[in-house]
Amino acid sequence: MTITVLAFYLFALTAIVSGFLVVMARNPVHSVLWLILAFFSAAGLFVLMGAEYIAMLLAIVYVGAVAVLFLFVVMMLDVDFTQLKSGMSKFMGIGSLIGLVLLGELALVFGHWKFAEQAQDLRAAVTPSLDEAHNTIALGQLIYTDYIYMFQTAGLILLVAMIGAIVLTLRHRDDVKRQNISEQVLRNPKDAMELKDVKPGQGL
Amino acid sequence: MITLEHYLAVAAILFVIGIFGIFVNRKNVIVILMSIELMLLAVNINFVAFSAHLNDLVGQIFTLFVLTVAAAEAAIGLAILVCFFRNRGTIAVEDVNVMKG
Repeated sequence: MTITVLAFYLFALTAIVSGFLVVMARNPVHSVLWLILAFFSAAGLFVLMGAEYIAMLLAIVYVGAVAVLFLFVVMMLDVDFTQLKSGMSKFMGIGSLIGLVLLGELALVFGHWKFAEQAQDLRAAVTPSLDEAHNTIALGQLIYTDYIYMFQTAGLILLVAMIGAIVLTLRHRDDVKRQNISEQVLRNPKDAMELKDVKPGQGL
Repeated sequence: MITLEHYLAVAAILFVIGIFGIFVNRKNVIVILMSIELMLLAVNINFVAFSAHLNDLVGQIFTLFVLTVAAAEAAIGLAILVCFFRNRGTIAVEDVNVMKG
């Protein structure tokens, strides 16, 4: 048993077990932590397949941003999660039935599939050999040339998502005192103060 | 020797776990979102496995875009969730019928 085989089974088993615990964990904070472990093991699988760039992206974007976002939301919302879990056993039967049927269908597909004969000729971008360019360089050379419009569209999608998230969650609370700078700048001394002539021995 | 089929099997199992999670956690929308992330991860494993097997880089490029859309979807989904929680004080999605859709 070589180290690759061992690593594959380690990462695959970790990914599957932690994926299962994501959906079964009682506490959603634990769910998020299992999700992080699942992403890390998937990143390990990607490294085994020679896709280092995607693996690093998974570790940085998913673990660093998406999973932490989930963690923040789970911890910020004051929700009684035990009450949300109450219906779990009710759907367990139908859920596992549908899951098993789907798994069986996928297993059936597994038995009878083959590559198209012209699959090798239909490749759009053949991976350069490792001496020429490693994974990240090869991907960069493709993304910034042939796939530049898609790359920019991806950026646009992220921009729209960012604006959408801000618009959805931003709220102006009326009970907070705010600074209105233009109002402050536009004040002039005539409106702001008044001279009073105070006679001696008398108050105002 | 680890072949393409091994990776496809892992991806298929992860995908089924994702679907199972959506059915089991009908009430908890946060776990539903996490299940969707798991399913997208399974799809990504498929893409990269075929990309590595056929020596075609386009599969990995497509994985990048799937990752982008997944990140955007998670952000928007959680924003809607926070918004919903502010209005209703709960995140039970089983009886979300505010819009009567």
